[in-house]
Amino acid sequence: MSGWATHEGIAIGLPREGIDTDQLIPARFMSTPRSEGYGQFLLHDLRRNEDGTLDPDFPLNSAAAQGASILIAARNFGGGSSREAAVYALADAGFRVVAAPSFGDIFTGNAVNNGLLPARISEDDAQALLDTLAIAQQGHADLDAANLSVGGLSVPFEIDAVARQKLMNGWDDIDLTRVHGEDIAAYREARVAACPWIIPRD
Amino acid sequence: MLWVDRHLVHEGSHHAFRKIAERELAVAEPALTTAVVDHYAPTRARMEGGATDDIRRMIATLEENAAHHGIRCFGLRDLRQGIVHVTGPEQGLTLPGLLLVCGDSHTSTHGALGALAFGIGATEVAHVLATQTVWQTKPKAMRLNFEGRLGPGVGAKDMALGWIAMLGADGARGHAVEYTGEAVRGLSVEGRMTLCNLSIEGGARFGMVAPDETTISWISGRPFAPEGESLDRARETWATLRSDDDAPFDRTQTIDAAAIAPIVTWGTSPEDALPITATIPDPADLTGSRARKVSEALDYMGLSPGRPLEGTSVDQVFIGSCTNARLEDLRAAAAVLSGRHARVPGLVSPGSALVKQAAEQEGLHHIFTDAGLEWVDAGCSMCVGMNGDLVEPGKRCASTTNRNFRGRQGPGARTHLMSPAMAAAAAVTGTLTDVRPLLEGRL
Repeated sequence: MSGWATHEGIAIGLPREGIDTDQLIPARFMSTPRSEGYGQFLLHDLRRNEDGTLDPDFPLNSAAAQGASILIAARNFGGGSSREAAVYALADAGFRVVAAPSFGDIFTGNAVNNGLLPARISEDDAQALLDTLAIAQQGHADLDAANLSVGGLSVPFEIDAVARQKLMNGWDDIDLTRVHGEDIAAYREARVAACPWIIPRD
Repeated sequence: MLWVDRHLVHEGSHHAFRKIAERELAVAEPALTTAVVDHYAPTRARMEGGATDDIRRMIATLEENAAHHGIRCFGLRDLRQGIVHVTGPEQGLTLPGLLLVCGDSHTSTHGALGALAFGIGATEVAHVLATQTVWQTKPKAMRLNFEGRLGPGVGAKDMALGWIAMLGADGARGHAVEYTGEAVRGLSVEGRMTLCNLSIEGGARFGMVAPDETTISWISGRPFAPEGESLDRARETWATLRSDDDAPFDRTQTIDAAAIAPIVTWGTSPEDALPITATIPDPADLTGSRARKVSEALDYMGLSPGRPLEGTSVDQVFIGSCTNARLEDLRAAAAVLSGRHARVPGLVSPGSALVKQAAEQEGLHHIFTDAGLEWVDAGCSMCVGMNGDLVEPGKRCASTTNRNFRGRQGPGARTHLMSPAMAAAAAVTGTLTDVRPLLEGRL
């Protein structure tokens, strides 16, 4: 995966608390191979009416929201399941940034592993951005400056230092870890010597 | 970077197996890895292939990946099959002091035995498969101290929903939670698993209870657990796995266990929980985003503000899931249902094939079927509906599961979370009901 330092794109608002992973992608779509693309499943049920038609009032469905890559959301975004498919749905739909006052912890890790920035912003800034995003606007995210600007508003965001570094470098953890192969093998040996029961009796 | 002692995988791990296949990587430690069929497991007619092509493919993919990498696999025909968070502890794979991960958010369940256990995403699952390690940022420490004793008819599920309602669904975000206090010590290992299981619903990836004699006697004799001299040595180590009396926590919350009543959820987040004696919240009493959220939740749930929760009619019940499908849970439901008839249909899915066997040896299945409920095989079942066990749109389900999210049990499904005893009470009356009067003379 390639890293990124700044991102320019259309920003939209989703003014709803607690967008959980079951909303981001309902479970019934999760047996689909990733190669088919998960963008089609993003917020699948929430953006539709009971008869299955798209709800024209839902933020993601407006003409101006098409091609959006920055999502401003409310408190507790991505809580719930560990399903990385929730991030695949966002990433495959073209999103690179989600900004909200709080995120599910597992979602945060999954997002960073897929090049999606989970930007923590204050409740007040989230509300101000959501107010300005009654219609979609152009937005700009700067990882190095930890700053997000949308329309005429510019707000700081918080991101864990390691997560920021990973996003900027597009690091692959497996390659990074395998460099430490000898240390891992030595740790394993010491661990088994100290606690032999870590090898299950079979 | 942390060494992983135990890695549990399930059908949903297909993304991770594909990732390592693309890079032609082997599984680093097959003996420390266990595969379990649970999310897609058919609960009816499984030996006759009671499943769709898609479900069969998901299960076959896991079994093929396990065979290819030399990983032990508890498949549909294995008596060890069950929900990964039930079967891991049951088999003695989960032990105090181990670091255990699984691509499932309810992995916190295993913390009940004093393991450091947490859910991870598919990229991390692939990383653990390939390296047996995981990168982590150290979480903050939080102590939830339940002082005093629980009242009759009140259990671990009520403790969990109680604190989540108090602190919010993101209240423990970024924290590892240690559960302490007399009411926690008084719980069985099964009860502690229910408590730790729901940690993630309050935002915490980690929930744990320090191991004690209850833990050790529960572990002894389990198939994969140490025995003899190895067990004696392990016990010495396990006895040291407790927080110092003066250990600092970033946050401590004390809760009076005696004040906890049976709890049910009314909305679309586990934080939307109240004692059964309460009334449904009224958005008119609230302001701003909270008022809007409550209003949307009540609209989805088809509930009227200000009405008592008790007496709300339900269409069906579900007793099962990694939260509440162990033998103790089934006994608690059976204690209410014994000699009574359910007014609504319901499904009882034990947490594992061995739980099912043990329940049948006690005759619990007769109590459920005599009451009119369906007794089926083990799996995640109607908690998440991936195997086809779904709640129909608009139907209201009294459920012992962990998430009342919109559409969780099926598109348009309305879920009320509660304990097994409370779900049994809802079955008997066909409404949300305080179980305590129904338990008089039965406890």
